[in-house]
Amino acid sequence: MSANPAASATSESAEPARNLLVARDVHKSFGQTEVLKGIDLTVTEGEVVALIGASGSGKTTFLRCINLLEEFEQGSITVDGDPVGYTDRGGSRRRLSEGRLAAQRARIGMVFQSFNLFPHMTAAQNVMLGLVKVKGMAKAEARSLADHWLARVGLADRADHHPYQLSGGQQQRVAIARAVAMDPRLILFDEVTSALDPELVSEVLGVMKDLAKSGMTMLVVSHEMLFVRDVATHVVFLDSGRIVEEGEPHAVFKNPKSDRLRAFLGRFTDIIGDITAR
Amino acid sequence: MQRTYLGELMKAKWSLLQGFITTMEISAIVIVIGLIAGMIGGLLLVYGPKPVRLLMRLYVDVLRGIPVLVLILFSYYGLALLGVNISAYTAGVVALAGFCSAHMSETFRGAIDSIPVGQTEAAKAIGLTFQQRFIYVLLPQAARRIVPPAINTAVEMVKGTTLLSIIGVLDVLLATQQTIARNYMVIEFYATAMLFYFVLNFTLSRMGAYFERRFGFIRY
Repeated sequence: MSANPAASATSESAEPARNLLVARDVHKSFGQTEVLKGIDLTVTEGEVVALIGASGSGKTTFLRCINLLEEFEQGSITVDGDPVGYTDRGGSRRRLSEGRLAAQRARIGMVFQSFNLFPHMTAAQNVMLGLVKVKGMAKAEARSLADHWLARVGLADRADHHPYQLSGGQQQRVAIARAVAMDPRLILFDEVTSALDPELVSEVLGVMKDLAKSGMTMLVVSHEMLFVRDVATHVVFLDSGRIVEEGEPHAVFKNPKSDRLRAFLGRFTDIIGDITAR
Repeated sequence: MQRTYLGELMKAKWSLLQGFITTMEISAIVIVIGLIAGMIGGLLLVYGPKPVRLLMRLYVDVLRGIPVLVLILFSYYGLALLGVNISAYTAGVVALAGFCSAHMSETFRGAIDSIPVGQTEAAKAIGLTFQQRFIYVLLPQAARRIVPPAINTAVEMVKGTTLLSIIGVLDVLLATQQTIARNYMVIEFYATAMLFYFVLNFTLSRMGAYFERRFGFIRY
């Protein structure tokens, strides 16, 4: 990477991998507690970046700042060149209007730990809502796109089921289809397998692996270390609101430099054994 | 000549019919105003800026804390003393609608508040605006929670219309009393009035049960 990547990003548009997400010095507090103490992160197009760390390290909070589900007080987050959430007008930081925020969020997909499907709508209607109301697509077109994505996540025969008729794994796959169908620049995954029964985890990870292969840019908060090792192109370790270590997953897992990361990885000993074996 | 119930009913039919119409009319106006104002009030209670929220809270708590009869008497006599001259009918509607709106506002607030926050977040994440989130995501889910308490309030409002007979609104109750004053058939005509109120309110409860079943698939 060049010495000054931010400055040269616009002039070198011919460069194949452009910076999709640029976070600079992001700070966030809940009351007196500072949970993000200056996060710097760059994600280039097509990358799958995994955020790992103990609970309370700030990884989920950072993810939620990217589409402004959380406000942040300092720093900037830029998605595809567009500063998220705030503008600087004459040196004062202002929150964007609801309409602008909605437009920005529409370009950033998000999948949640607790699925959050709309319970009064079928699987297909869940996928169609954003297509019709946000993208202004005709219903028939939206339906065929919804069918396409539901088939991609293996739920072609569940399109007209309501969420309560689906298993957790199926619900989460619908939620992924709902996010992907919007054709977002990147998708945020917030511990999407944590609420699932163990035997349902693999079907969701399988869909995510598939997405990663198709070149989707993904930012993944996960405790699934095998998935991180095999699918992520870059892994970021957070501790107490700071990025402590980052790099290529195999390298980071094999030779953790900080004590904190070593201690954290120690909790996944069986998996670590597996990693260092390769 | 022997008085018969049917004979007296025929004599009083126009007066009673007028009473039925007035009761149903006032009930309908009050419930519709209550629902619309309650939706707006509920939204203000949840999303309004702090001063608006406090003002709404004051309105809801004050109106819910005053007996409807007192509200009706104040609306009719009190407003007249303040120089606002309105008919008994209008005064009654104003008092009942104000009361109904307060109850409905609280019902809507509770329903909106009880929807998991993840629903709003998921709706935000796909790029829906505030208005779209409310119409397509929150309102349909709130509807199911609103139906049972709203039907309850609606039934109370129908029964509350009888209080308007005190300020001279010719509703079912007053029409019944006037009929009884002529023929002294106390049991027969009060029973007739009771049957009318029961049928009206039973219909409302059945409608509520239907809507509850209709939205039964909304589960988490």
